[in-house]
Order: sequence, then structure tokens, then C-alpha cells
Amino acid sequence: MATKAARIGEEVWKSRVDKINAEVVTLTYGTIVAQLCRDLTVPNTINKTDYNAVNKELDRMGYNMGLRLIEDFLAKTGTGQCSNFRETAEMISKVGFKVFINITPNVSNWSKDSDSFHLVFEENPLADFVELPDDGRAQDELWYSNILCGVIRGAMEMVQMQIEARFVSDVLRGDDTTEMRVTLIRIIEDEMPPDDE
Amino acid sequence: MAVPVASPSAEEKTPSYVAIPPAKPFQSTLRYSSNRKTIYDRNLNRTKTTEISLASFAYLFNTLITYHHSKSSSVSEIEHRLNRAGYPIGIKMLDLLLYRQPPRSATRPTRIVELLQFIHGTLWRALFSRSADALEKSTTKNNEYMIIDNEPLVNTYISIPKEMSQLNCAAFVGGIIEGMCDAAGFSTDAVSVHSAGEGDEMWPGKTIFLVRFKESVVEREEAIKASGG
Repeated sequence: MATKAARIGEEVWKSRVDKINAEVVTLTYGTIVAQLCRDLTVPNTINKTDYNAVNKELDRMGYNMGLRLIEDFLAKTGTGQCSNFRETAEMISKVGFKVFINITPNVSNWSKDSDSFHLVFEENPLADFVELPDDGRAQDELWYSNILCGVIRGAMEMVQMQIEARFVSDVLRGDDTTEMRVTLIRIIEDEMPPDDE
Repeated sequence: MAVPVASPSAEEKTPSYVAIPPAKPFQSTLRYSSNRKTIYDRNLNRTKTTEISLASFAYLFNTLITYHHSKSSSVSEIEHRLNRAGYPIGIKMLDLLLYRQPPRSATRPTRIVELLQFIHGTLWRALFSRSADALEKSTTKNNEYMIIDNEPLVNTYISIPKEMSQLNCAAFVGGIIEGMCDAAGFSTDAVSVHSAGEGDEMWPGKTIFLVRFKESVVEREEAIKASGG
């Protein structure tokens, strides 16, 4: 299962993806986060960033990206439905991340009932060249790469899975690893519109 | 108007200088991971040739544009905001690209044309993996230069709605150019971005980056030339 996903990821990345220098993406993302840090400030202050608001906004931006990105993903990879959440995890890591940002985070730390796992990022192109502001708060409050959580949440919602994704550690905060926890909340059943007869 | 004049008699009693305070060593209060994965440990050239999906860039760039669009009341304001978003990138790219020059031939661009060639060649290749398509000098104004890109990569998946036909999102790249010129010591009045592809069947997305240097920069250049430098 894992090797199959890896093979699909490699193949699609090699043959079906238009590419751009990764640093352009790193710098463009940096400019977005920096702008949010300037714009979203604690009420009644001029330049005290509300990092929680920045996290939320990044997640929202990612969610909107994810809603549209899934179609691109399905079209490029031609993959079908996953039979279980473990397979989904492999697809996210080895196909999704590979095809879009050319990394394959490790899947680990499965919960007992297989409804949540960790993505461990050895590499993170969004965070190259990055150091958080030395203001005594950013390292405790900002999740710099939070847009990724939103992307996964948005993309999964479009394939009938409601999930929760959040970072639990980040080397930018001085942690030894960068890890995201992804938890399956529920499978969204095809619901009839309320007034449909 | 009363002008304060130092009185010699008062100065005799107190020293006439103020001691310079001792330098404060820079001390970071940031926490760093223990396994040598910080940006200081990694090779600066590590990501030089790394690639990423163009689609990912398009989603991010779209997010950037949408964000600034929502905060702007006019097309020119969107362009101004995109320009400002690119500006700091240009400042940083100058340092990074100079660092990456081949060690024996590395020189800083010290003339207008050298700088423009650096942008047209080195910067473009680093960002978009190819040179820009043309570099021209204005025939009427001696402080204006044009860098021309037939098909800006950043505009790949962008279609402009009719009511905003004046908008060119490559203003972001214009900001990068402006930042680089300023950081190199060649201040500009502005780097404006113009769509020039109308009626051009071959290159409908053709874009001109018009670099307008400050008069003082042009004067300096002429002074150097006059002195035979």
C-alpha cells in the first residue's frame, strides 16, 4: 500500500506536473505570513501581532485552497476511493505532498483505533530561510506553516471526510521535529438537501 | 532666532564629549532545536535547484492576490499592494544571488546596465529558470529602462476580469525588481508594470517592467563616465 502510493507520487511528479523553483514559493508564502502579522494585531495596539488570528487566517486560506486543489489532485493522479483511513494517510503523504510540494512527510504515531496519525516533516519548503520574530511570543503562539492544515482539511472535506489537522511541534519553535496531527472526525454521508422531496 | 552657542567657560568644568556606550552584543532569545536543523546550519545553496509544483505557486499567488484585492478599492491599489509584497523579496534576493555567484568572478553590479543585466539574467533565471526576453532603454527619457517578459510565469493561471483589464498581477515581480534596485544602491522612482500583449497573437501576456531610476542615480552614472571610470 505504502509502496504503491510512493510509486504513484513519483510517477505523477515526474511526468505530469509543471514545476517552478521552490524558493519562489518559499518567498511568496513568507510575504503572505509577514503581511498577516502586520495586519492582524491585538485590538487597541498598533503593532502587537495577534498570532492566534494569524493561525486562523492561514488555516482559512489553506481551506479555500484545499477545496479547489483536490480536483487537480484527482485529475492528475487518477486515484479512486481509499478503503480505510490508513490508506488515506499514505495518499496524503506520498501522493498529495509529493505532487504539490515535492516532499513526503512520514506517517507515524497511529492512535489505537486508527483514526488519527502524525505527519512528520523532515523537510518543509514553506519554512526554508525562515526564523520567527524574536518578540518572546511568536515561538509560543505562531504556527508558521498552518496553511497546510487548512489545505488538508479543505481537500478531505471534498472527498467526504471531516478531519481536524493541527501542528503539534515545529522546528521554528525550537522543537526537534515538525509534526502535524490529523484526526478523522467523521465520514460525511451523502445528505439529502433539507427540502428535497 | 536664538542659536545656542557653546560657552568656553562652562566647558572647562565638564568634559566636552559624551562617552560612547559599550556595544551591546546581539543576543537572541529564540529557542533553537538541538539537532542542527536551524537555518544557520543548513547550506544556503541547498534549495537552489529544488523544484515545486507550479500549481502550488498558483494557489498561493492567488491567495495573495485575493487578500490584497479584498483590502483595495482600486486596480492601482491592488498593484501597489502586490508591489509592496514583492519589495522585501527583492532586497533579500540581491544578497542571496550575490552570495551564489561563482567565487572568482563574483562582482556587485555598480552600473545601471550591469544591474539591469543582473536582473534580466541572474534574477530571472533564479526565479523563473530562464532569462527575461528583452532589455531596452527608453529612447526619450534617460532614466527609463524596460525589462520585457513575453509570458510572465507568475501570470500563468491568471485571467483578468473585464472590468479590471488594467490589472497586471506581475506587479508582484515589479516589486521584487524595485527592492533589488534599491538594495543595490540604485534608487528608483517606481517600477511600473504594463501589459503590452494586446493584439499580439504570439505573446498575448507580454509584460513590460518599466524601471524609472531617480535623477540622482543617472547623474552619478554620468559623473563616473565623465571621469573615465
